[in-house]
This record gives sequence, structure tokens and C-alpha cells, in this order.
Amino acid sequence: MSNPPSAGPPLLAIEDLRVDYGAVRAVHGVSLHVAAGEVVALLGANGAGKSTILRTISGLLRPRAGQVQLDGAPIHRLAPARIVRLGIAHSPEGRRVFGNLTVAENLRLGATSRTDRDKVPADRERMYNLFPILRERMHQVAGTLSGGEQQMLALARALMAGPRLLLLDEPSLGIAPLIVRSIFATLGELKRQGTTMLLVEQNINVALGLADRAYVLRTGEVSLTGTAAELRDNYERVAEAYLGARQ
Amino acid sequence: MSPGLYIAQQIINGVSLGSLYALVAIGLSLVFGILRMTNFAHGDMMMVGAFAALTIGAAGVPFEWSLLGGIAIGALTGVIVERVAYRPVRGAADVTLLLTSLAVTYILENLGILLFTSSPHDFPIPEWLDSSYEFSDGQITFTQVNVLTVVLTGISLSLLGWFVTRTDMGLGMRAAAEDMQAANLVGLDVNKLIVIAFALASGFAGLAGVLWAAQAGVVEPSMGFTPLLKAFVAAIIGGFGSIAGALLGGYLLGALEVFIVAFLPSELSPYRDALVFSLLIAFLLFRPNGLLRTSREVKL
Repeated sequence: MSNPPSAGPPLLAIEDLRVDYGAVRAVHGVSLHVAAGEVVALLGANGAGKSTILRTISGLLRPRAGQVQLDGAPIHRLAPARIVRLGIAHSPEGRRVFGNLTVAENLRLGATSRTDRDKVPADRERMYNLFPILRERMHQVAGTLSGGEQQMLALARALMAGPRLLLLDEPSLGIAPLIVRSIFATLGELKRQGTTMLLVEQNINVALGLADRAYVLRTGEVSLTGTAAELRDNYERVAEAYLGARQ
Repeated sequence: MSPGLYIAQQIINGVSLGSLYALVAIGLSLVFGILRMTNFAHGDMMMVGAFAALTIGAAGVPFEWSLLGGIAIGALTGVIVERVAYRPVRGAADVTLLLTSLAVTYILENLGILLFTSSPHDFPIPEWLDSSYEFSDGQITFTQVNVLTVVLTGISLSLLGWFVTRTDMGLGMRAAAEDMQAANLVGLDVNKLIVIAFALASGFAGLAGVLWAAQAGVVEPSMGFTPLLKAFVAAIIGGFGSIAGALLGGYLLGALEVFIVAFLPSELSPYRDALVFSLLIAFLLFRPNGLLRTSREVKL
């Protein structure tokens, strides 16, 4: 298990996190960390608690116990808007773009939390270069975009916040394989530029292709963790960690 | 009397009445859009605005300023009601919100009765406003109050249109109306947006209240009830929650009411409201999303 290389707290640290969804215990006792510059994947079957963890990090859910720390300071009692301002942007499951607003307006709202307003135009330009199709569709209402285009917009909207940590929830869900490849190529580009990401994915191959490390969750607990290379060489163990050991 | 002029006169009447309905309906839709809540106390902001203007005017302040005072106090009342009554029950069951807004209605109306008694008060308007225009030997007439109503509605709605399409806050309000959680995730302060929605909606209602009182010449604590129901119909016709829909519904309803009286046999005039509410039922049955709202579909 790799610990943060340098002294000082990792960018994001989660300690013994427990989250309930009504009467259901969705996450019980998960600890993980993400160092600056790292891409970490959270893998696991449906209902393993992956999205719940992301939603707790961004403040949409309150943990029953445990801690979420950014730079060593607890953030799990803060409001979502506050957490965005601290530098965590979340591209949610199902994309959730504002369908009645145009592509440009969606990007504009992505930057709504920024205090460094002067850097916003350059970032918008960067988004249009990363996703040229969005430039073409700039004045189109987001509800009319294809699923893949909406996913790109959701990503770009999150990036417009200028985040130090990007949370990605299932960017490949319901999208044609060719577009998935193109989106992950862009994510690879962002990684090379130093963007820190915590990625939730069901598609193990693309996730391990991008990530440095991964955690596998099963029914709300970490069942396996390691570097992406280790896990790639050990598919049986990953599959076992997904579904539970055969006995 | 020439039929062309008669129709023109009816259109003028319809636009004037429709403006008031549109002002009130847009407020209902703004609040519904962001909170998914039908604010039955919305009509009472008209009453608050009208009584505020009356009281300020009675102190000798010119009408222009008491009108602004009515708008401001209407907006402020809306913000207070949101903070005190609605925020604590936010996220509760629909029926809780509904009952809360009915309770607010009773409290505000009884407060009005306590302060001003339940009988109508004269609503004096200044001399410059108390005049009318006549054209074609009196075949077309309209009052200065009609003109003021249409002009102020036009200005307010243009400002609102600018706000929701050109400012971060306005765009944020539309975003929150569409997806509250996603709005949270981009860092919008949803509480602030809700306060702004209430301030705008109640300010519009305050303006509508003052204009309504200026047309009727009287104010009374229960004056907001009928316009609220009409605005409700207008908002549903247009598509509940849609700003453009409320605007369209308001003017359509205003025109319809005027035309029922003007063009249908006079025996039907007393049934004007019955016809309007039949229209509401027809819309709820056959086109519940209204004219401008298409039903939301999940897109993969």
C-alpha cells in the first residue's frame, strides 16, 4: 500500500468513513487518500458505495462517522458550495448538465465559484480546445447534445471551477465505446498536465488504464487496493474483490 | 360603432388585465421553479404592497415613491416569509409546504384586518394618473392607469429577462430550478438564489398590488385572493415553473376574460370565472405541462 511520498497530509484523506442512505448502510469504514497529482480509481459493483463516497466528499451527504480531510483540515460538515470553493469539483453520475441552458452558459456556471475571475476566459478557451465539439455547440442548449457530448460538457463544467481535485463519477456510463476512448484520452491529457482525480468507474479496463492506484469496494468496504499495474496483472483477484471470494 | 375599433378596445383591455396576471403568475412560477412549491401566500404580497403604498402615500409621499415603497415592502415581506415559514419546512412533504403557505395566507390577511379592518379602503391616486385618453370620438378609451400598468409591466419583465439570461445569478436560478443538486455541485449558493427568487416574485406581486388597487380604487385585506387564483390558472396554461409560460399564460388569460365579456352573449358574462376555471380543468386533464413546457425525459 503506497503512502503519500512526502511528509505532510495528502490532498484528500478519508478516514473510517461511514455513511447511511436512510436505513441502508451504504459505506462502512472506508479509509483512502489521494495525493496531489495522483489519479486514483474507485472500482466496484453497483451499490458498492462508490458514488456515495464521492457525494459525501462534495458535501451532498453527511457521514454518520469518520472524516473527510482536504490538506489535513476536515471538510465533511461544510456546505457543497463551500467545498467547491476549497477546490473540489464533482462531475456527477448521469452528467447532470443544465439542459435548458446553452453549452457556454453551463461553462459559465462552472466558474461561478471562482475568485480569480481574470483566469476564466483562458480556462474556457482551454476547455474548447480540449473538447472542440463544445466550441461548435457553444450556443446550443445542452439538452440537445448527445450523451457523449453531455459527458464532455459535464467534465468541462467541473474543470471550469479550476479544481485542485476532480471527482469523476462514471464518465463512461451509457456512452459509445469510441467516445469513451476519446474522453479517457482527454483525461490522460489532463493527468499529464497534473490534474488530481478521484475516478469512480465500473469499466475496470479504462479505469486501470488511466489511474495510478485503485481501491476496490465491496458492499461499502475496501476489499482490495494496490497500484494500477499490480491490479492489471491480477484480474482474478480484482474480480474476486468485486464479487466476494468463492467459498 | 365600428367592429375594428371595438376589437382594438378589447385588445387594450386584455393587455392591461393580462399584464397584472402575468406579473403575479411569473412570481408563482419563479418560486415553483426553484422550490417545487405552490406559494398560496403569493397573492397576499399584492395586498401587502398595496397597503404599504396606501400608508406611505397617506403620509404625504408622492405616488411614484409610495409605489416603489409598495414594491420594496412586498419584496421584503416575501423574503421574511421564506426565512421564517418556508425554509424550516424545506424538503418536507408537498402537503406540509401547501399547508404552511395557507397558514401564511391566513396570518397575513388577519394581520391586514387587524391593522386596517376588513372593509375596503379608498386608494387615492394622484391627479396626473387620474385621467384617460379618448380616440375616435370615444370609441377607444383607456386610462392613464392602464398605460402605467402596461409600461411598468414591460419594464419589469424586460429587467427580469435580462437578469435570467445575462447574469450569473439569473442563470444560476434557472440552473437550480432544473437541478438543485447539480447547482450545488458547481458551487451555487442555493439558499441565496431562493431568497432572490422570493424577493423578485414578491416585488412583482407588490407592484401588481399597487396597480390593481389604482385600477380598482380600493384596497382590502382579501384583495389578493382572486388574482392569485387567476395567476395560478395563467401559470398552468403557460406551463408551471416556466417564466415565459407564465408571461404567455397571463396575457392569454387576460385577453380571454375580456373577450368572454365582450364577444359572448351577455347572459354568459356572469359565468366568466366559471369558464376560466373550466379552462384550467381542461388544461390539467389534457395538457398538464402547459403550452410551453414539454415533459421532462431522461436522456442517456
